[in-house]
This record gives sequence, structure tokens and C-alpha cells, in this order.
Amino acid sequence: MGQVAAAPVGYTVKSEPHYTLYHPRWYRRRMSVWWWLHNRAYTFFVLREITSIFVAFASLLYLWQVRALLQGPQAYEGFLARLKTPLFLTLDTVALLFVLFHAITWFNLTPKAMVVRMGGRRVPDWAIIGVNYAAWIVLSGAVAFALLRG
Amino acid sequence: MASTVTLSVARYRPEKESEPTFQTYEIPFRKDWVVLDALNYVKDTMDGSLSYRWSCRMGVCGSCGMKVNGTPKLTCATFLSDYLPGPIRVEPLDNFPVVRDLVVDLTDFIRKLKQVKPWIVRKEEKPLAEGEYLQTPAELDAYKQFSMCINCMLCYSACPIYGLEPSFIGPAAIALAQRYNLDSRDQGASERLKLMSEDDGIWQCTFVGECTEVCPKHVDPAGAIQQYKLSGASQWVKSLLLPWGTR
Amino acid sequence: MLKRITPLLWLLFSAGGTVAAFFLPIHLLLTGLAFPLGWLEAPPYESLHRLLMHPVTRLYLLVLISLPLFHWAHRFRYTLYDGLQLKHLTVLIAVLCYGTALAGTAMAAYLLWTIP
Repeated sequence: MGQVAAAPVGYTVKSEPHYTLYHPRWYRRRMSVWWWLHNRAYTFFVLREITSIFVAFASLLYLWQVRALLQGPQAYEGFLARLKTPLFLTLDTVALLFVLFHAITWFNLTPKAMVVRMGGRRVPDWAIIGVNYAAWIVLSGAVAFALLRG
Repeated sequence: MASTVTLSVARYRPEKESEPTFQTYEIPFRKDWVVLDALNYVKDTMDGSLSYRWSCRMGVCGSCGMKVNGTPKLTCATFLSDYLPGPIRVEPLDNFPVVRDLVVDLTDFIRKLKQVKPWIVRKEEKPLAEGEYLQTPAELDAYKQFSMCINCMLCYSACPIYGLEPSFIGPAAIALAQRYNLDSRDQGASERLKLMSEDDGIWQCTFVGECTEVCPKHVDPAGAIQQYKLSGASQWVKSLLLPWGTR
Repeated sequence: MLKRITPLLWLLFSAGGTVAAFFLPIHLLLTGLAFPLGWLEAPPYESLHRLLMHPVTRLYLLVLISLPLFHWAHRFRYTLYDGLQLKHLTVLIAVLCYGTALAGTAMAAYLLWTIP
């Protein structure tokens, strides 16, 4: 009692009761633009979000394919020739890797959003993920069959 | 076995400095000690000015949340032996203003918690004469996981969206809202949805998932938020297709 | 205005993500790698054209092109918002993202429905 400690740094003393000398000067930390490099989980998250760019790339690739198909055999030959160039082979490989990354993370996260209850108990996560992968194999097989059989 | 370990603790004394600094303490190592024991030892014998929050020291009160080597943890549940040989870095939780040393201000969360109405909301109260609200074990199971939250704020520290956008309602508040939405006794889901559909509600979340990773009570707030998005979206579709239907 | 249709945008994102997860990998594997590199016999133009005549194929292709674009639009919008912290450009980003998705959908619909 009766002892006045030093004022906070940068504070100009006015003639007021002493307790206002300790008005809180809270330290607020700012988030850096590189926050997503600070730990593995954040980087994984940003990579997962970046897969959307390659999803869009694949989408536009098929838009192009449909257009070429509808324009006639020569246009389609041109499209096929373009796909054989090293540029597109590289792009397609990178895109495939990112789209696979998207698919795997998507299936693994599905049970978090979709809770299925059967007989009063929640269906375990691995069952839902398993159903997803099974459906993936079946649907991929159907597409491959449709494309290869002609 | 080491006989001592170094603790590197963040200090912030607003009356002396304008930026936080680190101070190191060499403390005895005991294999059954947790970080909280180490902090208490420092405060009792080495530096009485160190400020931090703690209470139950057994992982149920949610007071002692801090960052240990960069990860949000309950210091009463984090063993020194897992961090050998050290040094062990102790810092205040991220995304909250630091009041002093390891103490952060949680007013923002308290305000948001009140906004989500974390209590049973009834359109009509049952008269006392009719007795209690009955609930089957299956109905309890529907929301029990989300009721385990101890408001320790580790999830807010781990959530980068909360760091980037402080107006985001945040994982714990949304998980607690969902705890009441899924409670069979509650009738307040539409009231809560009004708040959650705001720009800072559930739609801000991009499912980073770190909140669930750091939660010491396995509440899974990330799962709660995704389920809330799904139910919110179906509610929206229903209101579009059946505008005359009321809850 | 965007706030009122956020649930719809999220539903489109989810549907797009599901379509992308189930169908894009096999398409990319076949069209992007297996056929150009000769691992598998590429289907001739006539059989693909015949497939395209079927209305079910056209609907499938519309879904395959459109929904993943909406998935990208929503996710990319939030990536720019959070990753690069471009909050002050929020309206512009939203218009560019969803606008591109709409344009892609419109072009796909036009191609698939007007050309015999």
C-alpha cells in the first residue's frame, strides 16, 4: 500500500487514481502469411485444398475432349495428339496424383460428416470408409468397361 | 535418466516490456512430473512472479491449457518424460491476447459461448406435474461425445481459421451448440441455426481438423461442425422446398 | 447475398468433391496416361461418338464437368481467403470463382445439348 510502481512502457502518467497505471496492455500476436508452413498438419491441409486446382484442370480437360469429339474426327485426332506431348503427359501425371490425394482424403473424412445410425448404434468409421472404397472400385470399373468396350 | 531438464517459458510483463521474451529455468527432473508440476516448482522455489492458470490438476477443469513445444496441451496431462532431453518450450495459447506470461484473455470465447445458447431451449416447458424428461440410452449416445467439452480452448489455439478471422465462432462453441441440437429434450435447433448461418458461423470452417487432434476429451469438434453443415444445408433445402412448413 | 446461398454453395462443393473423388481418377488414368502411352487400346472415334449419342452419357458428362468445377470454386475461394488473406477482395474472388464454374457448366450444357 502506498507504493507506486513504474508506469507501463509508453504510457503517459496523468493525475488519476493509481490503479489505472496497470490498465491491461494485452499482447496480440499477428498470424503470419506463412502460417501454413508452421507445422505438418497445416501444410497437409493446404496441399489438400490445392488439389481443387487439379480437379478443375481435369474438368476442363473433359470439356475440351467433349468439344473435340463433337467437332469431328480430325479435331479429335488433334486432341489425342496434344495429350501425347510431354507437357500434357506431365500435367496429367501431376493432376492424377493430386486427384488421388483428393479422393483418399475425401473418403477418409466422409464418416465425420455423415453419421449413419443403424439399430441405435453409430456405424463405425472404418465401415463407411470401406463402403466408399468399394464403391470407388466398382464405379471405376464401370467407367473403364464403358470406355474400353466402346 | 537425466537429473535436470530445462524449461524455456514465455514471459510477458506489460509494465516492463512491450514484447514477450523467453526465460529459462533448470528444474529437477522427476519421471512422474507433468509440465504443471514443473511450473509450480518454478513458482514455489525459483521465480514467484511467473503467472499461469491451473486448478484441478487432473484434466477436468480446462484451466491449464498452454502450448508445449508448439502444440496446445493441458499442462496437467503432459509428462516431462515425453519431452526429454529438452529444452521444453512453454508458451501461452495461440489466437488469444496475452494478459501476462502464460495467461490469456478468454472473454471472446465466453461471449460466443453465450451466443450459441448452450442450454435446453423449449418452445413450451413441461409442467412439473408431468415429471421428468425421459431419455433412452440411444438418445443419450447421440450427443454424449459433444458434452465432454471442458472449455479448455486448446481447439481455438489449434484452429488457423480462428487465428485468421477472430470473429469465427470457433470449434468448441459449435460443438456445444450441436450437443444441444442433438439432445432429444431440446427444441432450439432453429434458433441456433440462425446464428450459425452467419458469415462467422459454421460455413467459415474449412475442416482443417486440428481442433479434433488436440482435444484432450475426444470431443471431435471438427466432426460436430461437418455434421452441423450437413444438417444446416438440408434444413435450408427443406425451407426452400416447403416454405409453409414450420418446425 | 452470398450469405443466403452459402448452404447451396456448400452442397455443390460436397457433390462436386464426391463426383471428383469417384470418377476423376479413373478418367485421368485412362485418358491422360493409359491411352496416350499405349498401355491400353484407346477406343476409336466411332465408338466414343456412339457413346456420346446416348442421352445418359451426355448427362453423365455434364455432371462430370460441372460439379467438380463448383467444388474447385468453393474450395479455391476459401484457400485464397485463408491462405493468402485476401479478405478485401472477397466479392471479386467469389464472382471469379463461381463465375468460372457457371461458365464451364454453361459451355458443357451448350455443347452436349445443341450439337447432335
